Amino acid sequence: MDWFVFLALLQDGVTTGAIYLLLAIGLLIVFSVTRVIFVPQGDLLAFGTLTVAALQSGHLPGTLWLLDGVSALALIASLRHGWRGALRGVLAWGIYPLVVTIAALLLAPRQVPAISILLALAIVTPMGPLIWRFAFRPIADASVLALLILSMALHFVLIGLGLVFFGPEEASAPALTDASFDVGDLNVSGQSLAVLLCCALLVLGLRWFFGATIHGKALRAAASDRLGARLVGIDAGATGALAFGLASFIAALAGILIGAVTPLSYDAGFDIGLKGFVAAIMGGLVSYPMAAAGAVLVGVLESLGSFWASAYREVIVFTLLIPVLVWLSLRSGSPEDRA
Amino acid sequence: MAPPFFSISATIAVVVLVPAVLPAFYVTLFGYVGLGALVALGLVLLTGVSGQTSFGQASFVGLAAYATTLLTKFAGAPPIAGLAAGLVLTGTVAWLLGLVTARLSGHFLALVSVAWGMSFFSLFGTLPWLHGFNGIGNIPPLSLGPLSAESLRVNLGVIWAAVAIVTAMSASLLDSRIGRAIRTLNGARLMAESVGIDTVRLSRAVFVIAALYAGIAGFLFAHFQRFISPTPFSLGASIDYLFMVIIGGAGSLWGAPVGAALVVVLRDQFNDWIPRLTGRVGDFELLVFSLAVIVLLQRAPDGLLPLLARVKRRRPPPAAVASDAPAEAPPLPAAAPTPGTELLALEAISRNFGGLAANRDVSFAVHASEIVALIGPNGAGKTTLFNVVSGVLPPNSGHIRLFGAPAGHLPPRRVAGLGLARTFQHVKLLPARSVLENIALGTHLSGHAGLLRAMLRLDRAEEARLLSEARAQAVRVGLGAVLDAPAGDLPLGRQRVVEIARALCLRPRLLLLDEPAAGLRLPEKQLLAALLRQLRAEGMGVLLVEHDMDFVMQLADRVVVMDFGQKIAEGPPEQVQSDPAVMEAYLGGLT
Repeated sequence: MDWFVFLALLQDGVTTGAIYLLLAIGLLIVFSVTRVIFVPQGDLLAFGTLTVAALQSGHLPGTLWLLDGVSALALIASLRHGWRGALRGVLAWGIYPLVVTIAALLLAPRQVPAISILLALAIVTPMGPLIWRFAFRPIADASVLALLILSMALHFVLIGLGLVFFGPEEASAPALTDASFDVGDLNVSGQSLAVLLCCALLVLGLRWFFGATIHGKALRAAASDRLGARLVGIDAGATGALAFGLASFIAALAGILIGAVTPLSYDAGFDIGLKGFVAAIMGGLVSYPMAAAGAVLVGVLESLGSFWASAYREVIVFTLLIPVLVWLSLRSGSPEDRA
Repeated sequence: MAPPFFSISATIAVVVLVPAVLPAFYVTLFGYVGLGALVALGLVLLTGVSGQTSFGQASFVGLAAYATTLLTKFAGAPPIAGLAAGLVLTGTVAWLLGLVTARLSGHFLALVSVAWGMSFFSLFGTLPWLHGFNGIGNIPPLSLGPLSAESLRVNLGVIWAAVAIVTAMSASLLDSRIGRAIRTLNGARLMAESVGIDTVRLSRAVFVIAALYAGIAGFLFAHFQRFISPTPFSLGASIDYLFMVIIGGAGSLWGAPVGAALVVVLRDQFNDWIPRLTGRVGDFELLVFSLAVIVLLQRAPDGLLPLLARVKRRRPPPAAVASDAPAEAPPLPAAAPTPGTELLALEAISRNFGGLAANRDVSFAVHASEIVALIGPNGAGKTTLFNVVSGVLPPNSGHIRLFGAPAGHLPPRRVAGLGLARTFQHVKLLPARSVLENIALGTHLSGHAGLLRAMLRLDRAEEARLLSEARAQAVRVGLGAVLDAPAGDLPLGRQRVVEIARALCLRPRLLLLDEPAAGLRLPEKQLLAALLRQLRAEGMGVLLVEHDMDFVMQLADRVVVMDFGQKIAEGPPEQVQSDPAVMEAYLGGLT
């Protein structure tokens, strides 16, 4: 392997690493606020890619009807919570899906990439809060294990829906840019730069959100002490919905970004999500910078691994966990009581 | 344990009658239920009892299945050799994985198991000598010497015999010294170490057992189906096994067969009916099944078995099971009393948390036949000092001499073994288990029967001895009337007393009590004081943290007063009470 190939692989690796980082961030947010390990995040990523691809080919995606259907259920459920709850329910689960549906009906036939991307984000992002509302909130105080199993079951539900909506074919998202630059011998694709740029913007945006807004601070409070946050009046239901909303937005965005580089099928999200897990585990599920380093490492190793021994690519990535775990377990020293 | 008559007749029905009369189609289905139940039994121990989660059990099934296939089909070995090889392989792999994962718990282990589950699946599919996804067919049938089991019905009998044996062994394991220790792994590891349980080693052992159960299932699977390919060993299959446990009820061994039956039958029915209803094959089955799992989880987070059990519990409880051990079992040998000698000496102990000095240059000693009270305002560093002495926190500087030997960096488990027992300020019990079982945890170090002996019930004499010791200590602290009550049902003050009894089971030479009288009523306090006096008379040293000054002053031989991490006074109660520094600390300088 010469220097040129290495650089090209490195570029690939850093790009996919950025995607893994996005997923790792989504996982960390959801886990720290709700203790849910959000396995279906990868499936929402695939929803993102496939939804934008459907819109780009002039079809209305099945995810739109899913949004409408489940929103209607949420709307009905919210009517039981007094007039304030009902008002919020009508806004979130009545007006919003209506607007998105009308926009999709009017705008989708034009097949403009930017509009399709925005529509796809608008369609997939509410899936997170809806999943929280119907799947996790009813047993929000269950053990991490029960929540994890639920998460796994939900993953299968989303895969099943994905197959019904999109069929088994792979599809691509439109590229944000066709530009490419030559740096020395290396051809840097504009899409790679766009991915990194989006990633950086998102990280900065989240920094601002968590540092400067009341909702962001409420999330941080709920993450550091759930009971305490509840005692000072932070609504656990609302923080959960917000965390899931952030995660599903991140997943949809990641799906749109990576879909332009790699075509995805309905069941491809799980593997990608899992590598986000690997990155998040490297960060010990607590530290964002560590997760970032882990994500890039996973991306680069995967890219190098697929060059050398593509059949064993997955094995290489997952085996990578072992030294990290050894380090984590040595660092943790005496056994603690982790509930 | 179910009554033996019921167990035996149920076993005969399941192993002999059902396989003989079942229609052919259901033979296969029932076989898969049995195989699922075997794997799920391991998961009940691993997940339900010890609180660890594995999404990789199917890869253990696969390892054993491939091992026996390669040996019997390509090397012509008898199936029994395939079983042995499969178990050695799964056991070894699990032990190696356990080396890495046993310190992790909860979600960490779960996520890691997803990763290696996928790695193994990918290996099964890519290693050329495993024939990839084409699979390997014509695997020889089960045989033992001249007996060969071509018939599926015989296989079914063998599978369910294995389920019965594994269930019985698991039940025996849980009803033993090791079984009690395994229960502490789920959220009470600090307490477990304080009574001498090696939690890391034990987690690994449970992990290996669960893998071996899966290995047995894998062996049977290969010879039952006589064809294997990577698909049944995928992550999806692992998740199905977890579904079985969660749906059945992870807290009970009986949850395993119940859950396995539900999952296998539901899947079969969905695969049958949904295409008929929708006219499409393969699209909706998984979707509907998963939705059903979600609804079940929401309605019954502890599984279906506890729901059934709740209905069944209307019957009066069976006669006290705990009393079947011979009461005259000989008590444990007591540690030799060492009157007057130094038990514990602290020299200039300091312990910091970041920039905060919780203990600064603390020195004092505790001798045999002496009660020393450690008092001081909240935040003075008393509990930190307890944790340093009992090995939970290593000191940043200074020396600890325990029973005459340096002990600054021994882990809690070793300190317990040397003869130091402790209680906790925040009570650490297994709230769902009986008072007797909780107290018996303290006898862990006086037993020696291992996993295998427990599973084969060869530990009964020792078990009777340990339980009789636990009962004796319970009676001694005044808990004799509530032995069978769940420990979590007692008032908090009485739960502290359970901790004291548990500590006494260690037969300690030095006893550390963290606020033992908190939450006790006056008569109970007097009982406790009398007990402590008696222990002192027997030669035990006692170091206690307590806020109840009446209790401390009437009991202690010496009082050590701490404030802001430092020792500010030490001496007999009367002297300390009139010490200006102490009055300053407690009353804020009222002069």
